[in-house]
Parts: sequence; structure tokens; C-alpha cells
Amino acid sequence: MKALNRPWAWSFLAAGLVWLATIWVTKGAASGGLTEAALTFAAFSVLVGIGQMFVITLGPGNIDLSVPATMTLAGTLALKLMDGAEGMVIPGLLATLGVGIAVGLANYALIKALRIPPIIATLSMSFIIQSIAIWSNRGIRIKPPESLASFTTSSTLTVPNVALVALAVSIAAWVLLNRSVYGRQVAAIGQSLPAARMAGVPVDGVRLATYVLCATLAALAGFLLSCFSGGAALNMGNEYLLMSIAVVVIGGSAVAGGDSNVPGIWGAGLFMFLIVSMLNTYQFQAGYRLILTGLIIIAVILLASGRKGGRP
Amino acid sequence: MTPDRLRLLVPVMALVALLAGVFWMQPRAASYTGLNLLLNLAVPIALATIAQMLIMAVNDLDLSMGAFVSFVACVTATFLNDTPALGLLILAAAIAVYAGLGVIIHLRNLPSIVVTLGMSFVWTGLAVLILPAPGGSSPEWLRTLMTVKPPLAPMAIFASVLIAIVAHLIVMRSTLGVRIRALGGNERTVARSGTSIIATRAAAYALAAFFAVLAGMALVGLATSADANIALRYTLLSIAGVILGGGEFIGGRVSPIGAVIGALTLTLAGSFLSFLRISPDWQIGAQGAILILVLALRLLFNRLEARR
Repeated sequence: MKALNRPWAWSFLAAGLVWLATIWVTKGAASGGLTEAALTFAAFSVLVGIGQMFVITLGPGNIDLSVPATMTLAGTLALKLMDGAEGMVIPGLLATLGVGIAVGLANYALIKALRIPPIIATLSMSFIIQSIAIWSNRGIRIKPPESLASFTTSSTLTVPNVALVALAVSIAAWVLLNRSVYGRQVAAIGQSLPAARMAGVPVDGVRLATYVLCATLAALAGFLLSCFSGGAALNMGNEYLLMSIAVVVIGGSAVAGGDSNVPGIWGAGLFMFLIVSMLNTYQFQAGYRLILTGLIIIAVILLASGRKGGRP
Repeated sequence: MTPDRLRLLVPVMALVALLAGVFWMQPRAASYTGLNLLLNLAVPIALATIAQMLIMAVNDLDLSMGAFVSFVACVTATFLNDTPALGLLILAAAIAVYAGLGVIIHLRNLPSIVVTLGMSFVWTGLAVLILPAPGGSSPEWLRTLMTVKPPLAPMAIFASVLIAIVAHLIVMRSTLGVRIRALGGNERTVARSGTSIIATRAAAYALAAFFAVLAGMALVGLATSADANIALRYTLLSIAGVILGGGEFIGGRVSPIGAVIGALTLTLAGSFLSFLRISPDWQIGAQGAILILVLALRLLFNRLEARR
């Protein structure tokens, strides 16, 4: 039972139970396909979730609502730039990273210069980013270069490539969070901003870097998602706003900041996908499916919480 | 001027500036009918903003506001219209659920963001079950109430003033209101003063749900029918409205009058942009820009406030 004391254990336990419940109904028929789909879709949630986790770790009030708009803009601009040409893959990737960095800088500029609460700053920013995406997209669906399309939709050694990318990013994020000075500074700011400042943490630099990191990961996720689904759509980021927050919290990171973990995000990402596919397998009506999804999220939070007292 | 009054100055100025802009570009808007058309959708948004403000007063955040108002709209357009007694019972039960959420969030020390996130799925699910396709119809009395044409000024203005006064009396003047804001300010102090903090949080949530119910009903009265996604925008609109009106995320610092003005400003911003003939591509972006502009003004005023 010692493993259950780990904050991330609950999300994996929940994901495992849901997986079993689904396989049980299909009598194991689709277990391979289900696992592969779960890994693929969890990968996108994990990418945006990790960025959001770093932001949330910064402490109360820190949240990035511009994630969906950034995903859309990055996917749209990169595909437009590449225009299906193989030789443009690297410039496309660079454009994606450029979008991420620009959005992150703009977000923090608003937060810092105008002292707007992050939630409103990133919300206002997302309106502007969304407009740029609408303006540059114009409803034209440009196909991704063939090599990218096949890379994002195929697997290496039965593990989807996107999941491998997300895994690499997760490992890097884990090292960054737990073993680097930057990661420790992020956690310190989340635990107490004044204390961190007194201790000589470059608060502004760290926060700026975190918002840039979050936007860049969102841009990367948008880029991969648009290659995976054969083109960028204006609404493609929508579900990732709630998803990015949900995976962080279900994964066992503290909403009040200062304490987070990377593995839990994988458990939560898998859980969130598997829940939907389980309810689909059981052929529930859309309404019941939504209600059960909501109740299960709350139940997981109820179970996973209560390990720490003291309201922040 | 007291700091609280000064805080109200920016939202009021933003509202006046937007109104002036609208009138200047479209003089015909400065009439009874024009104002009514411009502002009547602000009534449900103002009510939802007050609801969000009550949750924010206890340092929580309700991400299910839009889903809940949509659910209420669906109940209003179906049950409340066909079998009023059952409809009222459902709405009362929904308010009780909100009070229960307040208790659970407090007892288990849960993050309100996540609990309400989960609840947003539940409310949307219930709404989809009630009305799988857009439909239903508004109860006759509600339709009459929302389209009433009082003398002197349109209904929307009377309604906004009434909402602001009632919310101000409850939140700023009543004992309960003071306790709710105190809970946001310093929880321990409230507990030491002998007030039950669980009951206070539950009351804040129930009161918020009550205003959200009114928002859903007002929306159906205007729209005449409902849809499971009719008010999804309200979640972000209500949060932005509270902040525009001078409220804060933490510390129980809220302003009901400011919140109503914030809601009116957000509604007008949409009309202002369509009068400007901005390409539809940029309308959302321009709304973001207006939000940023108003908040920049507020910073300027806060600086002035600090200097004196």
C-alpha cells in the first residue's frame, strides 16, 4: 500500500481500472487498439498538461488559458508555411516553436507590465491569438507533408510515435522539475513568492521562462495534432483547455502550486481518454456519458485528496 | 473619494466611453429601442456575473457557470413551462446541490476549479438529456417580464440597476454578505469569531446558484427557447466581468455594482465592434484588446490611489 502514498498513484490506478472495465466488456477483442489509441491521445494531453503543470506550480492564480488558441495558431501557421512540402519540415517546426515563444512572451508581458491576473491576461491574449489564427486560416485545409503525417500516425515497436515524443518531453520535464535549479525555483515560487524573492530567486525570469515553456509545449502539441489529423482546424484546441487543467490536478499536483509531479499526468491523460472510450463501449447516451465523466472526475479528486490538510 | 469609489471609476468610465462610441457611430442606437436591443442580453450576463462574484468572494472559482446557466435554461424552457411545480422543485434541488458542493469543497479541502470543472460535465449532461436538440419554449409570464416596456428607459436598464442594488444590499450590507467577504479575507478570523465557516461557504454557493438560476431564466425569457450549449460563454464572460468591475480573485474584495457594470461593458464591447465594421476575423481579438485596455486603465488608477 506504500505506493498509494505517491500522489500520482491514484491516476494510474483509476486508468488501469477503467482499462480493465472496458476490456472486460469487449472480451479482450480490442485491447491492442484501445491501448494504442489511449497512448496516442494521452500523448497530446500530456504535452499540454506538462506545460500547464509548470504554470500551475508557480502558485495560486497562475494558469494559462491561451493553450487552445496557441495550439490552433501553431498548427495553422506551420502547415501553411510547409504547404505539404517535405523540405519545409524543419522551418515548420521552427515556426511552431516561434509561435510558442512569442505567445509566452506576450502573456508574461501582460501579466508583468499591466499586473493583470494571469487568468485574465492569458484569456485576453487567447482572444487575440484566436483572431490571428482565424485570419490566417481562412477555412483552407492544407495537408501536412507526407513524412510528418505518417510519422504522427504510425508506431515504433508498437508504441505510437507521438507517445514516444511525449515520453521524451516528460522525462526532460521530470529532470527539469526535480533536478534542475530552474525546477526547484519554480516550486519555491509556488510555495511562497515572498520567501523565494527573499532567497534571491530571480522571480520574474523564472515566471517568464515558465509561461514561455507552457506556450511552446502547447504549440508543439498543436503542430503534432494537426499533422496527426491531416490538417489544422480552428476548433482543434478547444477540448484541451479543460483537459490541460484536469490532467494536472487528477495527476496529483497541488492546485495551489508548489508541489507537482510528472508521472501523474500520464496516468491522468490515459484515464481521461479511457473514461470516454469506456462509456462509448457501454453505449451510453451522450447525456449520461457526460454526467458519468463529471462524477468520475469528482470521485477521483475526492479519493486522491485528503492527504494534506490546511487550506492555502 | 474612498478607495472603493475610486475602484468603480474605471469600469464606469469604460462603460461611458463605449456608450459614447456606439452613439457616435450609430446615432439611432441612442433611442429607447436601440438601447433595449443593445443591452437586453446584458441582463442574464449581469446575473451570472453576480453569481460568479459570490463564488470569487470566498476565494473559489466556478468553471461550471456557463454549463449551469445552460442547464437552468433547459429546465426553464421545458419543465418550468409545462409543469411549473416540478420545474421549481428541480431548480431548488439544483441550488441545494450547489450548497452541497460548497460543503464538500470545504470539508475535503478540494480545489474548487476541479470540482466545478467536473460539475460542468454533469450540468451539460443533464441539459443534453432534457433537450437533446434546441427547443422548448419560454413560460408566458417570463416572456412578458423580459419584454416589458417601462416608461422613460428600457427594461434592461431598470433590470441592471435593480440587480446592482439588490446584490449590493446582500453582499455589502447584510450580515451574511459581510461574513462571505470575511471568509474570503481571512478564514481563521471568521472561525474565531464564532461563525460557522462551513455554513457561510454553503450559503455563498447557494446564493450564487440562486443568481445563476435567475440568469438562466432571464436568458430563456429573452431567447424564447433553450439549448444545452446556450450559455457556455458565460463562464469566461462572468469571470472577466467580475475582474473588469474591480473584483479580485482572492481576499474577498468584490464589488456588486462594479460586476454589473463590467457585464454591461462586455456586452456593449461586442456591439461596438460590429458598429466599427471590423472584419469578423478580428472581432474576438478586438474584444481581447478592449479587455486589456480597461485593465491597463485600472492599473493607472491603482497607481494614483497608491500615491495619495
